Amino acid sequence: MSSFPDPTSQVTEQAAGEAAGPLPVGRARWRDRDFTRRALKHTAFLLGCTIIVLILAMALLAPLIAPYDPYAQSMANRLVPPIWMDGGSWVHPLGTDGLGRDYLSRIIYGARISLLIGTFTVLCSGLIGTTLGVLAGYFGGRVDLVINFIIMTRLTLPVIMVALAVVAIVGSSLTVVILVLGLLLWDRFAVVMRSAVMQVRSQEYVQSARALGCSTPYIIVREIMPNIFGSLVVIATFEMANAILLEAALSFLGLGVQPPIPSWGLMVAEGRNYLLFDPWLIMIPGFAIFMLVLAINLMGDGLRDILTPENRN
Amino acid sequence: MLGYLAQRLGLAVLVCLTVSLITFSLLSASGDIASAIAGEEATPQQLAEIRAELGLDRPWLVRYLGWLGGALQGDFGDSLFFRETVADLIIHRLPNTLLLAAMSLGVMLSLAIPLGMLAAFRPNTWIDRLALSIAVLGQAMPNFWFGLILIVVFALNFGVLPASGSSTTWHFIMPAIALGYYATPPMMRLTRAGMIEVLGQDYIRTAHAKGLSMKRVLFKHALRNAIIPVVALTVVQFGNMLGGSVVIETVFGIQGVGYLAWESITRLDVPVVQALMLLVAVFYIVLVLVSDFVNAWLDPKIRK
Repeated sequence: MSSFPDPTSQVTEQAAGEAAGPLPVGRARWRDRDFTRRALKHTAFLLGCTIIVLILAMALLAPLIAPYDPYAQSMANRLVPPIWMDGGSWVHPLGTDGLGRDYLSRIIYGARISLLIGTFTVLCSGLIGTTLGVLAGYFGGRVDLVINFIIMTRLTLPVIMVALAVVAIVGSSLTVVILVLGLLLWDRFAVVMRSAVMQVRSQEYVQSARALGCSTPYIIVREIMPNIFGSLVVIATFEMANAILLEAALSFLGLGVQPPIPSWGLMVAEGRNYLLFDPWLIMIPGFAIFMLVLAINLMGDGLRDILTPENRN
Repeated sequence: MLGYLAQRLGLAVLVCLTVSLITFSLLSASGDIASAIAGEEATPQQLAEIRAELGLDRPWLVRYLGWLGGALQGDFGDSLFFRETVADLIIHRLPNTLLLAAMSLGVMLSLAIPLGMLAAFRPNTWIDRLALSIAVLGQAMPNFWFGLILIVVFALNFGVLPASGSSTTWHFIMPAIALGYYATPPMMRLTRAGMIEVLGQDYIRTAHAKGLSMKRVLFKHALRNAIIPVVALTVVQFGNMLGGSVVIETVFGIQGVGYLAWESITRLDVPVVQALMLLVAVFYIVLVLVSDFVNAWLDPKIRK
């Protein structure tokens, strides 16, 4: 224990940690029968997983199941309403947009964009955040001070403004959006990994590994990482949801994915012009974002419950 | 205690300086401001004149120090687009954003605290589940989409609230709901977790045993202790809302700093963007500092 107070702000730690609730520390027993049993009993977790599998299948099989080319415009078939409204038909189950493009096909292809952004952003931010957090938690002292300073600086930058500005300067493309979000959204990984490693570091098995003369990288990779892996996965799910929401917001503001790519956020923005007479144009893609984010959060909440049964109250 | 305060204050100043450096260098990478002002057909001589006028021909470090020095005195230069100084622009727009943030906090607290408390008193009952569902739905809803739905329902269908603009307080109701609901879930979880922890403490059992009424135990003993982290997080959320208002102000056409940020970014009005980023960051760090102090002051474990 260091003699002077913990340099991390109590409040920022709370803001980052409490939002996610108590996190699992300790070896996650993924292959355990107990894990499977609890998972199968957790309705919300199963529901989340089912929706994710469906959306994932939709994204992977998009060329096979999409009825039309998502880019094909047809001026004769503009603003056809969806099936449940007057004038809707099975020809275009979800209707067509202002350029006559089939809405269902665009929604199906849009799943690819959201999932791509979510996955790659989390890979990038998870790598940065975990590295910083593990280093700070394991070495403590000066390393911890410096990394805390970096975390603090990152938390101080307003994410959406910085992301918008960078995209405006560099130019927008899928890669730019992924990189910008990946470089910005690592804070929660770092904060949570840091405190998880601090907890694990003083455990007997780490002490004994050190006494046996194991190298530091070995201890980190073989003794510490497996024990904080549960927390890592839970944080990753929440951050993935966060990245998907942010991409949608950036695209909605016109500084994310560019037309004619079928990003759900961009589709909401395009539907805004028809808000008065055709509000379903914003309802459908917004609902798609909502379902995907909801499913990921349900899965994350569920994983946390399943991995930390003792913390549930 | 004093050492703790000094350390935190020093860290905050250092973070502010770093943020100013990041902001400045990020936006000086945004291409040639002079040619943006002069247009494409400007002669090299005209460009050189504009650069000299704006001081762009000076070395980078000199420009940064000049900008920082000005910023410390409240001078952020002139907007490239509006015929106004950046400081005036921001001062005119700030009240709208502060009003929006304050109203959003009101929405957030009036949802989060009662629901969080109810959920904590009756864990694993229908009311706990209802509170949890409200939180889960709120976390998954893109706030711009929620805002648009509010517009469709309350402005276009029922016509009870204005859809866009910021001239009356009525204009702020829907944006405050959209922004406040989005911020509710973490606050509610924090209230619930804090309350459950406090309710399990010995002094609560003692209070019950003394024969105090349920109401007295809850409000006098439990809430007071559970509320500390909630107060601290509220202060930080206020800072977050200034940054988060970019999306909501754009959806509802509120003439605040968030909308100004979006406008200025799309036009690459660099002086305005630089000033806004720095201000939001400084505002945030001051709020974190304040809530750290409040925490330290209320919590004897940190105070020592």
